[in-house]
Amino acid sequence: MADQIARRRSVLDGWALPSRAGLASLTNAGTAARFVYRGAPELVGDAFGVSLPTVPLRAHAQSGRAALWLGPDEWLLLSAEADGSTLAVALSSALNGKPAALVDISHRQVGLIVSGSSVEALLNAGCSLDLDMTTFPVGMCTRTLLAKAEIVLWRTAGDTFRIEVARSFAPYIVALLDEAMHGIA
Amino acid sequence: MAGLHRTNGGGRVDRTKRLSFTFDGKAYEGFAGDKLASALLANGVHLVGRSYKYHRPRGILSAGAEEPNALVTVDRGRGRTAPNLRATQVELYDGLVAESQNRWPSLAYDFGAVNSLFSPLLAAGFYYKTFMGPRLLGSNWAWHKIYEPLIRRAAGLGKAPSLPDPDRYANRFAHCDVLVIGAGPAGLAAALAAAEAGARVILCDEQAELGGSLLSEWSVEIDGVPASSWVDEAVRTLAASSRVTLLPRTQAFGYFAQNFVALAERLTDHLGNPDPAAPRERLWQVRAKEVVLATGAIERPIVFPDNDRPGIMLADAARTYVNRYGVRPGLRAVVIAACDSGYAAALDLHRAGTAVAMVIDPRANGDSGLAGSVRAAGIEVQIGATVTATRGSQRVSAVQIGRAGTEGRASTGEWVPCDHVVMAGGWTPSVHLFSQSRGKLAWSDDAQAFLPSAIAPGQAQRSAGACRGVFGVAAALDDGFAAGRAAVGREPLGRTFKVTHDITDFRGIAGSHGAGARGSKAFVDFQHDVTVRDLKLAAQEGFRAIEHVKRYTTTGMATDQGKTSNINALAIVADHLGKPIPEVGLTTFRQPYTPVTFGTIAGASRGDLFDPVRRTPCDAWAQAQGAMFEDVGAWKRAHYFPQAGEDMHTAVARECRTVRSAVGMFDASTLGKIEVVGPDAAEFLERLYINSFQKLGVGRCRYGVLLNEAGFIIDDGVIGRIAADRFHVTTTTGGAARVLHMMEDYAQTEFPDLKVWLTSTTEQWAVIAVQGPRARDVLAPLVDGVDIGATDFPHMSVKAGRICGVDARIFRVSFTGELGFEINVPADFGADVWEAVWREVQKHGGCAYGTESMHVLRAEKGFIIVGQETDGTVTPDDVGLGWATGKGKRDFVGMRSLSRPDMVRSGRKQLVGLLTADPKRVLEEGSQVVEGLRPPAGTPALGHVTSAYWSEALGRSIALALVADGRTRIGTRLNVPMPDGDVAVDVVTPVFLDPKGERLNG
Repeated sequence: MADQIARRRSVLDGWALPSRAGLASLTNAGTAARFVYRGAPELVGDAFGVSLPTVPLRAHAQSGRAALWLGPDEWLLLSAEADGSTLAVALSSALNGKPAALVDISHRQVGLIVSGSSVEALLNAGCSLDLDMTTFPVGMCTRTLLAKAEIVLWRTAGDTFRIEVARSFAPYIVALLDEAMHGIA
Repeated sequence: MAGLHRTNGGGRVDRTKRLSFTFDGKAYEGFAGDKLASALLANGVHLVGRSYKYHRPRGILSAGAEEPNALVTVDRGRGRTAPNLRATQVELYDGLVAESQNRWPSLAYDFGAVNSLFSPLLAAGFYYKTFMGPRLLGSNWAWHKIYEPLIRRAAGLGKAPSLPDPDRYANRFAHCDVLVIGAGPAGLAAALAAAEAGARVILCDEQAELGGSLLSEWSVEIDGVPASSWVDEAVRTLAASSRVTLLPRTQAFGYFAQNFVALAERLTDHLGNPDPAAPRERLWQVRAKEVVLATGAIERPIVFPDNDRPGIMLADAARTYVNRYGVRPGLRAVVIAACDSGYAAALDLHRAGTAVAMVIDPRANGDSGLAGSVRAAGIEVQIGATVTATRGSQRVSAVQIGRAGTEGRASTGEWVPCDHVVMAGGWTPSVHLFSQSRGKLAWSDDAQAFLPSAIAPGQAQRSAGACRGVFGVAAALDDGFAAGRAAVGREPLGRTFKVTHDITDFRGIAGSHGAGARGSKAFVDFQHDVTVRDLKLAAQEGFRAIEHVKRYTTTGMATDQGKTSNINALAIVADHLGKPIPEVGLTTFRQPYTPVTFGTIAGASRGDLFDPVRRTPCDAWAQAQGAMFEDVGAWKRAHYFPQAGEDMHTAVARECRTVRSAVGMFDASTLGKIEVVGPDAAEFLERLYINSFQKLGVGRCRYGVLLNEAGFIIDDGVIGRIAADRFHVTTTTGGAARVLHMMEDYAQTEFPDLKVWLTSTTEQWAVIAVQGPRARDVLAPLVDGVDIGATDFPHMSVKAGRICGVDARIFRVSFTGELGFEINVPADFGADVWEAVWREVQKHGGCAYGTESMHVLRAEKGFIIVGQETDGTVTPDDVGLGWATGKGKRDFVGMRSLSRPDMVRSGRKQLVGLLTADPKRVLEEGSQVVEGLRPPAGTPALGHVTSAYWSEALGRSIALALVADGRTRIGTRLNVPMPDGDVAVDVVTPVFLDPKGERLNG
């Protein structure tokens, strides 16, 4: 069986991700551990290391971990892949016997980093939200649509967003942003 | 020289940059900054098109988006032919190739002009009157076979390109505090005011240069500088602000609810050598907090006999060609001025060297503040006169002057030779976008126009300048500035702009000035060839409402949507009916304001990006194996795996045989998966599904059936209990999102008392089904930490374990009737695990099978597929799933509906099997099942075939069907009538293979 060990293969493996010099680029956020936590935020306690934001549409990020508010009782928890199994144990024991739901979705979606001076225009090719810094500041996150695919969009810096998209929609998102790169200046 | 008809200087064209272009194959030159129309006029070309119905020679009427005549096709090579472009808007570039339209064999000698001889046949309503009979050959035979094809060929506008559009089209969603539509004086002032306040502003204008009417002014000065310089400074100020987006070449074409406005930006059509990778156009979808409509006004033609000859032009257009483009459209002009713009045109033409023979003011007591200046320039002014006839074949050569008399008839008088006639009929505010936004218009006697009145709820907007009847440069600037201030919630500053040489009378006249002598035509709608006579005929024939007149005469229905004609048409009909204009009504303004390319609407949504294509982690392997795919929702699923020389039938037969005799593997990753977690998870599922879940043991599975409130099956799937408070729910591939949304809806609104949460895990897991007598042998060497033996791991159970070194959920389930497992591994491991299983499957003589074999294998067992055996009207009992209903359940979604009289009556359609008398005959899915042979037309069907396949295991065809009282008909013979004759079928139970289910335990 030793020769039968499966390796993790991202749906983005082998994709050349598009960029437009000086304006915008798309990079692979890499594999990650991901959980959906649903329930009361205080039940998690310190187990995640980062407090769960209770302000709607906001993310807390620290030391490679992030908690994104997706709903009144729903958070997306992100951490490094290597961190995943210990984190799963820590969270599960913290929540043991408590009325809450923790579901591992590490493989359900992929992360993409979109960055550059024209990043807002690029995303607005398919995203109808107002991405101006005054209305979508750093640290804001939301579930939304990019053209015909649902994504989670999180502004991590003035000129940088992270997109979380379901695995099978990732090629569409990459191809769409590739196409949209032609339309920015 | 870029045209003999250039003025000696002036205008905004760049006389140092010559551009060559062709029109109908002939080479010409123009200047950078020219429009195709101005460049043609500079070369003395007035005849640019043939009219729609009568093929009359037509020239350039306007200088803007409202142009009805000068429609051209611009050819940029393969697939890049754009028809029906307005020459007044086409920017000149070096190498431009333009063609006239609607003429054969040439523009000058057009065969279709014989239509003019038949014009009595082509009067209003000619479609309806002439072409409906005879009915001998069926309804409207003549229309479909003769008239319509003829008319379509003869009376067309440009031809649509036949090749795929090679261009790219971009899309941009945008938000702003203030969207200003129109960059004339009102729009520029509004944008300046809003930008000064720090607002996010988008300013769009259809033209290449911002400035609107100010670009056509020669003598006007604003705050001490020429209008042209004031525009340049205003644009510089706006461009310097990072909060302002300037969008020239951008037409606002649709105004929708909640201040949502669609703009079409032209990006490359003005370039001679555009980057082929750059988008041609961009659709802007703007959500604006406030909209300022500064869309200006459009000058009306004057309706007099034969008012359509080339050389006859609107006054505003004449001023624009002279002042902005440095082009003299004619050498000797007659001006018909019903308002100031006519007088201003006379002065501008005179200054530029055109001989102005006469200014005729058709208003009985009309006069203008400019009349004195005109007379001082030595130009004769006749008040109360009109034009009663014109001459000239391909260009106007003379007009006849008459005195306006009673009852609209004019006494005729002298003929005045001229090659240019300028008409100023008055101005119609452009209320198109206001009206699209559902704002109410009100007739203003004062302005003799419909003006914006009540704004529709949900729209935050204001109109400024000429589009709300505030005419003149000074008034428009002041009004625009105040609107811009108001749009950002500021008090008006009361700022006034100092303007010299302003003109203020724009009201003019509307309606007809005589139909003229017999044989002449006074055109109202130039693009659709609608005359005064047509409109009067419609009124005579009883059409009273303008919407009916429009449809009967087609006035206002062309691509220009009557921009120059609607008010004149309305005035003529109102006059004929003896009613005031507002009582006759106003036709609806529809999007788009000007035609928009399909490419702009479609954007990126074509080809590979038309819709997302979803592929599973095992998809690449299937592609490499040469699998054929089918679409299931957005998913690509392997349909079958043909080997060399196999067609679908033989491949599917082999796959089915292999699964039943050895083992097959199947990619079930697309199945919907929902993790239902919480202390009340079992209770939640108990309330949703018809089945019982409270007593389902951890590690056990149950086949769940989900109904809607009406009691009909909407989904099904295996549900496994992973822990006391955790279930792994599977749904159909197509139902995944729907079921999750339904569950979330019920959890939040019906059962908020339950502590349960739902998370989609469809894409977390790759699912590999291994089915067949050797399934356990395949898995045994790959798994560890889990006993998959028959005793420890019975049918319908689930275990956590490891396979190929990764954590997995392994289900013992079967959709084939064979011993089977479904391995769930985290998706990124799916490809490797699939390969490992594949290596084992091969060792046992197995195969990979696709969705077609999956369908056959389950049909042999009588397992239903939701959406195939069910159609939203089928209950559990109808398809023999009554057994699944939890005994003694208090309630579940749809339960109450199952006891409605209609749900328990006899005669409901029930699932049965059908065996054709001829075992080789495979029925067609969807075909009807009846009782007797050769049923006469109208015989009600007992039901229909839901699934039909060749069964390799049975060596014959099988079918499933829904048949009225089907279960009581088992053992009887029914008939499936087909075009080639009746097909006799025997009704049987729907389980064709292994009815006792012994193979499951292999």
